[in-house]
Amino acid sequence: MGETQENTSQLPEVIEAKAVWAVLKEKFGDAVSEFDENPTMPFFEVLEPERWLDIALFMRDSPKLRFTYMACLSGVDYPEEKKLGIVCNLESLGELGHKIAVKVRCEREGGVISSVARVWKTAEWHEREAFDMYGMTFSNHPDLRRILCPEDWEGYPLRKDYEVQETYHGIKVPE
Amino acid sequence: MQELGRAEHTSVRVTPKGKDQVVIEKDLSSEEMILNMGPQHPSTHGVLRLECKTDGEVVIEAEPYLGYLHRCFEKHAEMVDYPGIVPFVDRMDYLASMNSDFAFCIAVEKLLDIEIPRRIEFIRVIVSEFNRIASHLVAIGTYAIDLGAFTPFLFCFRDREHMLSLLEWTSGARMLYNYILIGGVAYDFPEGFKERALEFVGYFRPKALELQKLLTENEIFVKRTKGVGIMPADVAVNYGWSGPMLRGSGVRWDLRRMDGYSIYPELDFKVCVPDGRFSDIGDSLSRHLVRAMEIEESLNIIEQCLDRMPEEEGFDPKAAIPKRIRPKAGEVYGRAENPRGELGFYIQSDGKSTKPLRCKARSSCFVNLSAMKELSRGQLIPDLVSIIGSIDIVLGEVDR
Repeated sequence: MGETQENTSQLPEVIEAKAVWAVLKEKFGDAVSEFDENPTMPFFEVLEPERWLDIALFMRDSPKLRFTYMACLSGVDYPEEKKLGIVCNLESLGELGHKIAVKVRCEREGGVISSVARVWKTAEWHEREAFDMYGMTFSNHPDLRRILCPEDWEGYPLRKDYEVQETYHGIKVPE
Repeated sequence: MQELGRAEHTSVRVTPKGKDQVVIEKDLSSEEMILNMGPQHPSTHGVLRLECKTDGEVVIEAEPYLGYLHRCFEKHAEMVDYPGIVPFVDRMDYLASMNSDFAFCIAVEKLLDIEIPRRIEFIRVIVSEFNRIASHLVAIGTYAIDLGAFTPFLFCFRDREHMLSLLEWTSGARMLYNYILIGGVAYDFPEGFKERALEFVGYFRPKALELQKLLTENEIFVKRTKGVGIMPADVAVNYGWSGPMLRGSGVRWDLRRMDGYSIYPELDFKVCVPDGRFSDIGDSLSRHLVRAMEIEESLNIIEQCLDRMPEEEGFDPKAAIPKRIRPKAGEVYGRAENPRGELGFYIQSDGKSTKPLRCKARSSCFVNLSAMKELSRGQLIPDLVSIIGSIDIVLGEVDR
């Protein structure tokens, strides 16, 4: 196991991501977790979800980082830890070329994550989708509504314990 | 006349009355009207509803409403094992199933960490490039129809059919292939495929040029698209645009070149961006031009691949497929260049199950469409049609 870890840390993508993490760790200290040398997707976690917006702004605008492009934002459910979360895949498109993933978690019931829709406009729809599917709220989101399900749908379909509502406007919902 | 000057910026009606005299009516109420476009409108390319706030002929804002084709791909993906997801992926972007399968398989293979035989890589690139041309032809053909030109549509669909026949011959299906599998492909090329494919490339080159001429040099088409829906490069990046949309804004960004997956680093092809001679950079015409130019490049790629593909007697395309696909615990974000942009899959595996814990599809048109509200501001209603057409959405992929 120790040997494989040594090998993976040699990957240029992981080395670049680690350098990015080091800059953020120095600036934000305890709000940023340890670096995870996942060879297929190196990431770190934002431990204080209310500081995620500051970190995101810094990541976009700092000349050393310049994460101009948000490739993806996925909602995730962690039922064992009673948490919900998001995973953001960021990239410095056409400038520095490095990539990193960021995770933010919040409580399962009534959890709030600060919205980054003003940092990357693409996050607006991605966050709406995460809200639609998992039910965490994004504070200061310009227009937080359901996006794929109907407005009056009950429950959050991608949660692991989701149960389909029996009827919708008098129509039986298939299992 | 002074009064007229002051009345500027408020709603006025000026009616001529006799010689050198006008009647000016001021402060006319101009109410906003809500106009629904879709969900069953031909120019929305599927089931998309745009709620347009209009002031006369001018659109103040158009808000897209989606979800009419939501089939819970991500929930299904958590319920079936990895090879079983491939057919679902087919049905997301039904115009470019090969490319979608390719992206999904890249993501899972990254997690599995397996070696893909070289001939498989060539087969995959050839079929996806054929599918890319077919998809671009639909985009161009339907775009022309949106703007009132019928003939290019017929040309596009005629030539697309040849490609679909080639792909059907290879995979057994016309549009939803389930052909690229994790670790391999379903069948080797049939005998004589190379000759037929080369014959098609030779036939199609002049046709592609003809199509270019028919639209790009058509004054009506140019007038409807040039300078309409301009998207500056930095805003496009901020909106997460990718593929022909981003290149239309002049950003030289192509995952085939930047990520260099599969055998693309060995191949010689251009990343097409508009040069500003025919279009204003970032407008609808630029996006159309990028697609038209990419057809040429895809033909080049296919020719090179057919030429360099290693021939092997009795080749088994399923040899590298693992017996049981159960990736080790971990996460991956794998992506590939789809005809519509970056198609990415975020997959979480717990290492025990043959089903993913989470499988999110980062749909390229979903992201491209999210800029619609901004693009529509202050446009005329007919220009809205021109803008939607240039985004080239496939609602199956937007809604998943």
